[in-house]
Amino acid sequence: MFKFLFDRDTWQEVFDSFGKNKLRSILTMVGVWWGILLLIGLLGSARGLENSFNRLFGDFATNSVFVWGESTGKPFKGFQEGRRVRLSLTDAKKIEENVEGIEFVLPRSQQSVAVTRNFLSGTFQMAGDYPLLDELQKKKLIHGRFINQNDIDDNKKVAVISEDTYKQLFEKDEKAVDQYIEVNNINFKVVGVFEVSNVNMGPSTDIHVPFTTFQRIYNKGDRIGWMMITGKPEFNIKQIEKDAKLLLKNLNDIHPKDTRAFGSFNLGKEFAKVTGFLIGMQFLTWFVGIATLIAGVFAIGNILLITVKERTKEIGVRRALGATPFEIKRQIVVEAVFLTLVAGVIGIISGGWILIGLDAAFGQGEDAAIVNASVSIAVVFIALVILVILGTLIGLIPAFKATSVKPIEALREE
Amino acid sequence: MLKINQLHKSYPIGDSSLHVLKGIDLKVEAGEMVAIMGSSGSGKSTLLNIIGMLDEADSGDYILDGLPIKDLTEKKAAVYRNKFLGFIFQSFNLINYKNALENVALPLYYQGMKRKERQEKALFHLEKVGLADWAQHLPKELSGGQNQRVAIARALAANPKLLLADEPTGALDTTTSYEIMAFIQQLNDEGKTILMVTHEEDIANMCKRIVRLRDGVIMEDKKVEQVRAEQYV
Repeated sequence: MFKFLFDRDTWQEVFDSFGKNKLRSILTMVGVWWGILLLIGLLGSARGLENSFNRLFGDFATNSVFVWGESTGKPFKGFQEGRRVRLSLTDAKKIEENVEGIEFVLPRSQQSVAVTRNFLSGTFQMAGDYPLLDELQKKKLIHGRFINQNDIDDNKKVAVISEDTYKQLFEKDEKAVDQYIEVNNINFKVVGVFEVSNVNMGPSTDIHVPFTTFQRIYNKGDRIGWMMITGKPEFNIKQIEKDAKLLLKNLNDIHPKDTRAFGSFNLGKEFAKVTGFLIGMQFLTWFVGIATLIAGVFAIGNILLITVKERTKEIGVRRALGATPFEIKRQIVVEAVFLTLVAGVIGIISGGWILIGLDAAFGQGEDAAIVNASVSIAVVFIALVILVILGTLIGLIPAFKATSVKPIEALREE
Repeated sequence: MLKINQLHKSYPIGDSSLHVLKGIDLKVEAGEMVAIMGSSGSGKSTLLNIIGMLDEADSGDYILDGLPIKDLTEKKAAVYRNKFLGFIFQSFNLINYKNALENVALPLYYQGMKRKERQEKALFHLEKVGLADWAQHLPKELSGGQNQRVAIARALAANPKLLLADEPTGALDTTTSYEIMAFIQQLNDEGKTILMVTHEEDIANMCKRIVRLRDGVIMEDKKVEQVRAEQYV
């Protein structure tokens, strides 16, 4: 059936007909070329943006929600409304034990502090943290280490400071690790310097100290600032947020329908928005690309229609010599598919060049807007299959047109 | 070889129709060389086209070499044309972007013959018309007479039973016409059956039989003394 594809004459015919209408064929192919170029370029860029988002969010446990206490909105169990709600370590522990699908519950406390070192000083946000934080929001450490379990157990007075804090408190090229900074007249040994990430979830922190140390210095006892609840990947974070809040209300004597008692920020929900946006963009890309492709393929059909009209007499001669209508149709369809495919392949190649260009312009460095802009082989393959299908379908129109003319009428044509 | 019985053909023209062939009876034996003559509008080309299966009769019988030609599908007609008939046209109808050899090989291509075999055979026929040296030339690089010889080689390539020529000398000057006629006569001498449409008396007289048409009926059908074309060349 497809033996003719390997016949030299089949291709001779295709090239002859192409050579006769060079300019027109090229102009026609521009349509398909442009469509594929757009498809590849846009898909690659969308992928690049997605990669860039993933890189930013990759350091975060995105299936998380932050919860903190605010004021009650309803009176309950003898308490008046407007009561200040404060979360405690016990709350965090209870959530971890009782809510389904929890991976971690990470309590945090933070407050603004004045820090001095020799003659340099500044006001910074200092947080008490567990080592776990480093797993949920990956800290990029330039020097030293993050807080470890030892620090927690022994209430060590150590601090991990941000790069900006370092710049304010230290001279240029001065070593920070193993130096001391003074916070409210208490000396903390610097054990690490971290780089501030581009994306910040929750309040930004300049100085991390061990959670236990923080609680002790500020006499927090059991009280914590807020907690970060992370769900296992297979659990819905919205449900976890609901369950956790209900449990918290129960533990703190708050009306079950009180919506104002707790503030929260659902990272999972926000992340889903971004993901949704990316999916939307991909859909749009496919839509635009394929719509342009279809327009291009129609242009090819159009040109073949004209070519067929011009070749009416030749087709008549061929039929007088014994060409069957099927052979004529097949030849025209092969021409259509060939033109679409060549235009498509050139489009894919030049689309690739555009992606290389994008990568060179925007894809370099740590905070690149477009990371590894690329399309997968599967996408290229799908695009090619679409081209072949569209080319065949559109080729059928001139093919039927060519054989709709009786040979006798075709021969009379001048 | 060829038998036609009460053949009718009309073409619709607007609301009315034009009755072109009004009951043609014709019998051609193998080895004959027949000229169909008539003024324009007499129906001679229509008759040739029906014989060539390029057109279909409204009624009547047409039997070619014992095979009834009726209600053919396009595909079957194409196969029959390829197998039984060779066409020579007034305007040569060579494919202009194919060289002489490729043009001659075209009917063989549609027979499904292998490329090498096809080209050997095509070259053989080109040699026969004396154009072997011109095999690689495009039609535009050849003279009218040469083009018609290529066309004859093409018509012969599939070794048809019947050669149909529609004004084969119509586009040629007298000398070249006679050259072509000499060639066609030679083919007839070798046993080919030839049917040609012409309106030139001298060309018709080079055939062995003249059939005159007028207004869709045969006025006269006579055997003639063949004038050999070589003497004029």
